[in-house]
Amino acid sequence: MTMNASRLGLALAIGLALGGSAHAQANRAEVLHWWTSGGESAAVKELANAYNQAGGTWVDSAIAGGEQARSAAVNRMVGGTPPTAAQFNTSKQFLDLIDQGMLNNVDVVAARNNWDKILPAPILNSIRIKGHFYAVPVDIHMPAWFWYSKPAFAKAGITAEPKTPDEFFADLDKLKAAGIVPLAFGGQPWQEKITFYAWLAHVGGPDMYMKLYRDKDAAMVASPQFKALLTSFKRLHNYVDPGSPNRNWNDATAMVISGKAGVQIMGDWAKGEFATAHQTAGKEFGCFPGFGPKSPYLVAGDVFVFPKITDPAQVKAQQLLATVFTSPATQVAFSNKKGSIPIRTDVDVKALDLCAQQGVAIMKDVSRQLPSPEMLISPDLEGSLQDIITKFWNTSESADDAAKAIAAALKNG
Amino acid sequence: MSPRKPVFRHLVAWLALAPMVATVLWVYVGSVLWSMRISVSSSRTLPIGDYVGLRQYARLFDSERWTLSLQNMALFGVLFIVACLAIGFLLAVFIDQRVRGEGVLRTIFLYPYAMSFVATGLVWQWMLNPELGLQSTVRGWGFANFTFDWIVRQDAVMVAIVIAAVWQACGLVMALMLAGLRGIDESLWMAARIDGIPAWRVYASIVLPMLGPSFGTAFVLLSVSVVKVFDVVVAMTQGGPGLASEVPAKFIIDNLLVRANIGLASAASTVLLLTVLALLAPWFYARAHASRRAERVARALRASEPPPGVTA
Repeated sequence: MTMNASRLGLALAIGLALGGSAHAQANRAEVLHWWTSGGESAAVKELANAYNQAGGTWVDSAIAGGEQARSAAVNRMVGGTPPTAAQFNTSKQFLDLIDQGMLNNVDVVAARNNWDKILPAPILNSIRIKGHFYAVPVDIHMPAWFWYSKPAFAKAGITAEPKTPDEFFADLDKLKAAGIVPLAFGGQPWQEKITFYAWLAHVGGPDMYMKLYRDKDAAMVASPQFKALLTSFKRLHNYVDPGSPNRNWNDATAMVISGKAGVQIMGDWAKGEFATAHQTAGKEFGCFPGFGPKSPYLVAGDVFVFPKITDPAQVKAQQLLATVFTSPATQVAFSNKKGSIPIRTDVDVKALDLCAQQGVAIMKDVSRQLPSPEMLISPDLEGSLQDIITKFWNTSESADDAAKAIAAALKNG
Repeated sequence: MSPRKPVFRHLVAWLALAPMVATVLWVYVGSVLWSMRISVSSSRTLPIGDYVGLRQYARLFDSERWTLSLQNMALFGVLFIVACLAIGFLLAVFIDQRVRGEGVLRTIFLYPYAMSFVATGLVWQWMLNPELGLQSTVRGWGFANFTFDWIVRQDAVMVAIVIAAVWQACGLVMALMLAGLRGIDESLWMAARIDGIPAWRVYASIVLPMLGPSFGTAFVLLSVSVVKVFDVVVAMTQGGPGLASEVPAKFIIDNLLVRANIGLASAASTVLLLTVLALLAPWFYARAHASRRAERVARALRASEPPPGVTA
């Protein structure tokens, strides 16, 4: 008994000593994120290295799965032991936390680095709430690129990238005739959803897109134009293979890599799959962000928020994180590993791949930037709309009924 | 050993039980009450203490996905429980014939239950996928018209899920039934053999009724897994294609974690709990009633003819 007690005492003493020494480390920052895949952890390592070089001590806290990581962050904030910084998407996911006064702002860093000048408007609108900066953006992901296999296009006799939706459908027909699966498709609700985003933005146009997601305009949803868009979206279903339901996105990408399928509509994280298969943009595969030279560019991405902590050392660490994450050098190094593009356009793009360079060039044209739906609507409404889209895609529901369901969801949201 | 005073004995028993009682009261009952409280608030990402009446419940039953989830659970429940009980019983009877290699077979049948469905569900997903699994293999053998695509069909996907779930759970039912079968006195079989009663008739008229408690236990275990069915759906279809295989537990988790809607998720779990209670209450009542009656009968029997060798 005494033996056990003394052992316990020893363990406690060691624990306290370790805890104490950890506290003594300069600018110790525990960063909670969900980047666990190969490419992702290589990318987050760039952030950690940059932070350590800037005089901080990075404590990595990775939790697989965005949902799990976000709920762990919220639970720890509620429980009173928050991490120094926690990852969220550039979206409305952290709005409730701001309302409840659970986040520190980083206005000091934002003012010092002119965030209001260098950051694109969709991101600014997402992180600047009531005049305060509550999150630091780390990347821009575009969730709806078109990726195509050059050999498959050649086999089907397609010589140029489609410039209009009609040309795109014609190309899909050619692929089908050549015995290739025209559209590599992963039939999971979130993939059906981003395909709908792409179709709405590129075929319906930015105006219709903003009327749905920003204005929640019931009249637009009831219009024949919107129903025509739904019908045209559903037309894509003719070009997927019977094995598509519940296919993972990377399995669909693999179909493009092997030339078994022609095109995939997917976010720029798909580049990681091509890179792993030793394929280069412009050589074995091609990418286009939409139809024609004026196509809109969906802006999504990741941010870190800073839980409310009063300890001045931790606040200092939070501000150092915000400074380091947004510096041009960190941004280029990180984007290269992550497959995203930098949050600022004043960086050296030579190190980036062809598709990312194209993305940075497009981002310089403000009129082409379009905020992703997560930035405009609540996670709740987004989920309801996702249910409607997946039902419409997978059943014989009419465009009329789907439009009615969307109108009803907008009213509830 | 000297007999202790009853009060002291009770005290010791209560002390031993105290941690468990506290756990039940605080963790289980407390969480249930807390969920019910949240379900009448407007909570989104974080719990909020306001009061909005039954708004979340109204929204819940307005939601097509929720009603569909309940229907899917009912369909799954009926098919799954009936198939598990039938197959589990037949497997037990088969093994009870003193077949050779009984130990090996028992392990094989029970093994699926020991494995996580997150892993085996993936294998099922691949096997049932029309382009990777069974269908494409058989077509590869030259039967070009062979079709087995239930997992991607709106109207058949639940059946595909039931197949995998039965595969996993029927071994457990077999083990329970086998224990029951082994508990049946050999003399019964001998008597039946002397009377020249065919074996199937003995199983149907004598053994089955005697296995009542085993069926009861299996039924309760299976029912619980029906209400909380989640992993098999997530591993095999993620609720798809479309919404065709959505289940209530997935609705709750989605709203809790992804859609930042704690209020709606709490309302859904409350409804689920009430449904289960409404289904189980009559059954518990009947069982309590039956056991009380059995006790009375036993007491009456003991009183009329005390068995030899037992002193009062």
